[in-house]
Amino acid sequence: MRAFLIRRTIQAIVVLFGVSVIVFILLHLLPGGPAKAVLGIRANKAQIHAFNVRYGLLKPLPVQYLDWLNQLVHLNLGFSYKQNQSVDSLLAENIPRTLILVGVSTVLALMVAIPAGIYQAVRRNKPEDYTLTGMSFLFYSMPTFFLGTILIIIFSQTLPLLPSTGPTAALPMIDQIPNLVLPILTLTLVTIALFSRYMRSSILENLVQDYVRTATSKGVSRRVILFRHVLPNAILPIITLVGLSLPGILSGALITEALFNYPGMGLLFWNAAITDDFPVMLGTTIVVGAAVVAGSLLADVLYAVFDPRVRYS
Amino acid sequence: MIGGEPIDPEVFIPSRPIVDAGEAVAGESPLRLTIAVFTQNRLAVLGLFVVIFFALFCFLGPVFYHTNQVLTNLGIEDQGPSLRHLLGTDDVGYDILGRLMVGGQTTLVVGLVVALLATSFGVVWGAIAGFTGGIVDTVLMRTVDAMLAIPTLFLLLFLASIFTPSEPLLIVVIASVAWLVPSRLVRAESLSLRTRQFVEASQEQGAGPVHIIARHIIPNVFGTVAVNATFQVADAILAVTSLSFLGLGIPPPAANWGSMLSNGVNYVYSGYWWQIWPAGLCIVVVVVAFNFIGDGLRDAFEVRLQQR
Repeated sequence: MRAFLIRRTIQAIVVLFGVSVIVFILLHLLPGGPAKAVLGIRANKAQIHAFNVRYGLLKPLPVQYLDWLNQLVHLNLGFSYKQNQSVDSLLAENIPRTLILVGVSTVLALMVAIPAGIYQAVRRNKPEDYTLTGMSFLFYSMPTFFLGTILIIIFSQTLPLLPSTGPTAALPMIDQIPNLVLPILTLTLVTIALFSRYMRSSILENLVQDYVRTATSKGVSRRVILFRHVLPNAILPIITLVGLSLPGILSGALITEALFNYPGMGLLFWNAAITDDFPVMLGTTIVVGAAVVAGSLLADVLYAVFDPRVRYS
Repeated sequence: MIGGEPIDPEVFIPSRPIVDAGEAVAGESPLRLTIAVFTQNRLAVLGLFVVIFFALFCFLGPVFYHTNQVLTNLGIEDQGPSLRHLLGTDDVGYDILGRLMVGGQTTLVVGLVVALLATSFGVVWGAIAGFTGGIVDTVLMRTVDAMLAIPTLFLLLFLASIFTPSEPLLIVVIASVAWLVPSRLVRAESLSLRTRQFVEASQEQGAGPVHIIARHIIPNVFGTVAVNATFQVADAILAVTSLSFLGLGIPPPAANWGSMLSNGVNYVYSGYWWQIWPAGLCIVVVVVAFNFIGDGLRDAFEVRLQQR
């Protein structure tokens, strides 16, 4: 177990470095360099030079990279000139709200997708299976904002039940539950569609294993087989699935936040992209990349805890 | 059989009983088998017909239904469906049905070219990584891991905000994040192909790695790659749509279904349903069609693999 943990953690750290290199490259792809991006297009040569000297942009690239890494480790993610706030304070404000959105949606999605997958596997190739597969196909093929718009039409226009915008940043989330429903519902449906692609086949794979045949021939009831034997084994790949789906769920969250004006990290990133606020974009990308790496490391470790076969491979 | 695996006729035992000369299972070419399984899948065939229909609709339609998709005409904006404009007009006066055709051309072309570029690049990357192994494999695949760690949309938005979008640039931007998945798939396959006898034989005959990768590895991953390429088209169309919604797609007067839909969504409270539903339905139907085709191809190639 220890060897596996060490190996996997080293791999995660290497990937993390890779993410930092990629973001560093992106930083230097900016047209006119970071100086023009911050000072604006009308900056003259003297101002640009002063900026470059001040921020060490004239040093050779590897040195710049190490300097920048140093900043990151000290959690200094830069300063947003457009919003007049440091990037880490902006992120500290917005990440918790995105966590609420993503967390609640993922939990709800699992609560729906796992039973649905079981139902589909048990009733495979019957009409119920085809209906559910068809529905998940449909949700999977719809652009997220289209799905969100349809939900707005149904629940805000036709039946005026729920507000069509997300919560505001000014009030605490807990006081704005009606505003939270539609964003969470949208992201949940999208995530269910993401999970259902693999859920059915994962559970199906377990149903045809020898141990199920043995248990059936021993006379164990179908329900006991399902819940005592198949389900624990089928849950394992789902842990990996959630870890792998994390980037997809975050992308979905971005669109949902943009549609409902939900004050989270995705909306922050989008506004930064529209207004060319590069420090915010870079800081958010690094944080999101690190979160995904940490998430998949956690998923792999959990999998190894529950499935001893993995540790010895 | 594909791959040039030598079959000794004296010890050849067919995997399925040969029923009669008419069935000719043992001698059936893999291509025929693949096509046969594919055509048995009704959803996949339906998907194929849908794609063909839309291709004709988008590329031949404007020949029969002339509309002006360049000059705006604010005098006739926001009109509902009528005899003159079969699906109404949008907020700057473009005819919606005509715009669906022209926009569909862009959407389909972007989807197909992205799939082609991303798949080609990903296949070469993955084949080199999987076949060479060792430090080359580690470096190449950790790069892929690092890029996959950043959610696609974040990367896309970043790139799209730096480079002002035009159709070719949008294709390059989307392809530059789409190649990651095929590279992983091909790398996994090349790892297993590397140990096969025909590769060993080729090496013993003095073939260099370039020859082996090009002539033995890549043709053998064709099945997996073809399936993935189909899904890539669907994903690329969705990516263009999302980027357009977020304001970083191709600016007007260029049309694509994504920008039509996101434009129309702005008017959801005005009740201009013809600006929303036609474009939305086109996107969903075509994406579902490509997904059906991909699933059908996957089943077809899997049967062929089982036959080996």
